[in-house]
Amino acid sequence: MKIGLFIPCYIDAFYPNAGVATLELLEKLGQDVEYPMEQTCCGQPMANSGCNRDAASAEALFVKLFAKYDAIVMPSGSCTHHVRDNFDAIPQTDEVRHVRENTFELVEFLHDVLKVDNFPWAEFPHKVGLHNSCGTLRALRTASMSELGEPFFSKPMDLLSKVKGISFAHPKRPDECCGFGGTFSVTEEAVSAKMGVDKVTDHHNAGAEYIVSADTSCMMHQQGCAERAGVPIRFIHIAEILNGARE
Amino acid sequence: MKVKPVNHAKAAEEFIDDVAHESFHDERLWDLRQKRDEQMHILPEWQELRTRASQIKEHTLANLPEYLEQFEANAKKNGIHVHWAADGAEHNRIVGEILEKHGAKSLIKSKSMVTEECQMREYLEPRGVTVTETDLGERIQQLDNQMPSHIVVPAVHKLIPDVAKIFAEHYHTDPNDNSAQSLAWQQRLAARPVILSADAGMTGGNFVVAETGSFVVCTNEGNADLSATVPGLHIATIGIERLVPRMADMGVFIRLLSRSALGSPITQYTTHFRGPQKGSEMHVVLVDNGRSHRLGMQDFWTSLKCIRCGACMNTCPVYRRSGGLSYGAVYSGPIGAIIDPTFNERKYSTLPFASTMNGSCTNVCPVKINIHEQLYKWRRVLAEHHELPFVKREIMHMAGKLMGQPKLYRAAINGTEVALSTMPRFVLYNWLNPWGKHRELPHPVKTTFNSWYKKNRLNKQKEGEKA
Ligand code: SF4
Repeated sequence: MKIGLFIPCYIDAFYPNAGVATLELLEKLGQDVEYPMEQTCCGQPMANSGCNRDAASAEALFVKLFAKYDAIVMPSGSCTHHVRDNFDAIPQTDEVRHVRENTFELVEFLHDVLKVDNFPWAEFPHKVGLHNSCGTLRALRTASMSELGEPFFSKPMDLLSKVKGISFAHPKRPDECCGFGGTFSVTEEAVSAKMGVDKVTDHHNAGAEYIVSADTSCMMHQQGCAERAGVPIRFIHIAEILNGARE
Repeated sequence: MKVKPVNHAKAAEEFIDDVAHESFHDERLWDLRQKRDEQMHILPEWQELRTRASQIKEHTLANLPEYLEQFEANAKKNGIHVHWAADGAEHNRIVGEILEKHGAKSLIKSKSMVTEECQMREYLEPRGVTVTETDLGERIQQLDNQMPSHIVVPAVHKLIPDVAKIFAEHYHTDPNDNSAQSLAWQQRLAARPVILSADAGMTGGNFVVAETGSFVVCTNEGNADLSATVPGLHIATIGIERLVPRMADMGVFIRLLSRSALGSPITQYTTHFRGPQKGSEMHVVLVDNGRSHRLGMQDFWTSLKCIRCGACMNTCPVYRRSGGLSYGAVYSGPIGAIIDPTFNERKYSTLPFASTMNGSCTNVCPVKINIHEQLYKWRRVLAEHHELPFVKREIMHMAGKLMGQPKLYRAAINGTEVALSTMPRFVLYNWLNPWGKHRELPHPVKTTFNSWYKKNRLNKQKEGEKA
């Protein structure tokens, strides 16, 4: 299986370590991974703001670069959600359909496709709070949702529990949105920041040393809120822990 | 004159700045959401009920004209006068005429969002009719001259001292009264004489049953029953989407309504009105006011399934933090954000953006309205109808172009990186003002992932190829 790696813009620019960890992890698991250098964006920011037509050139480029891979993997739930569920600014050719059907968020890929059952190299002796972004939680369904009262399951937690020494903090509002929401974080700055502060405070009060997530955009926002509000908590992408980060 | 779009962001910011109100509001509504969850866990058939409710509503809406006619015929047989109002103005005229015919000068009413929609009070009062709200929360809002901020708990954004102040002003009570019980008692003392001497009573209707020509009103204070029965003239104002086909369907909705709304198994008063009492008159005004237009909107018609439980508002993290009044509309919260633009696209063009689209609303909705997907669709529609702020449209347009051109994009990303590490903090925060106001910016990094890959993988790959 040949994997195309997609690294979203904010990981590329602000959290390259999460990208490196994703690549190294997939390699450790014996995967054949390639990162097309020309990649830019999946089109989500434009589409999400209503300007769907403006997403067309990004989507076209994405398909051009990734159509040749068996699977496209990305360390980002919200971008995966866009490609899978809303990627329709361009005509839906066979190539486009192939790309949409074979794009995976990293956690689902590890959990559902590779079915990885241990990470012998990973050890993280810390208490972590798991942040499921709304994209991974409610759109990709990587975990059970409190509103539906379904039996508990969590793919990211399944993976993380295989890491030596890790323990979990349980916030009071486990699947409350952190307030990032793409351009919402700027156009509705006050609400967004308040939600972010509430979120990190909830994790902190539950005893988390770290917030771990499969979505860097949510973490970028939460980190900004925590630092400004003085909430002492650190952030780490799930790929980094699974890849054996020891901080 | 062009209407100005509601500035939700600004109103929300003001609400948030008032820490006491904001945190109470958030906690109070989250509490309702948790009570709702408890009720859901008690009923193993919860999801089946939601599916059933959704199907009944879809079926009814798909056959609305037939069911409306069936209701009209049966209601008339029961001795109810049935009226049809195409819009708010017609509704108000009809109500005005009924009141005039009876020489009615005072109207008591129980909470109804439709009359808010029609701005009925503003129509009747200059014509010499006093309108008194009998629902406690709604009365508080009326005295304070504000719209309801929530469809189930209209004054939820107020704290006890706020209410004490309003009552002191209007009822001359103690402005420092800090007891909810005593304030409720004051309201009772003030309202009872008005109720007992009223010339006419008005209610809404939560459900209208086609098969029996009856309608159902659910309240927790019993005020609707007083409004309906005491004066001897009962006018019920009801949106045409409130129909269900059969009495047997009611079980599904009654079980869902209060559990979703307040986390209580049932409303304290669930009254079926089948016809006038001896010697009194009963009128039903069926209001369209844009509903049949919405029924024709491919992506948005299912919003008419709404039973107004407010669960989507209670769970909405944006609503909880911004308060209902920030939506500047009769309907606030997630459901408001998808139906308000059908009333006025420009005025409410910002509301579908007052959401992170986290999808919690869709999950709690007892009739399974895909609320967050409709928010997403509205954004597209509004962008296509040029109802986005110019700057936002232009930025997205430029970003879209940039994302299609890898070389330019790369230059821009690398530029950002340089900018972040070298620009003085104040310039940066000015530039990224909205982001930086309550948040730190992401930390600058030494290298992008792209450059790292080029150096650590591509070069190696090439070296490997050469060797
Ligand atoms: S949209 Fe659904 S959750 Fe919201 S008020 Fe209506 S019925 Fe209740």
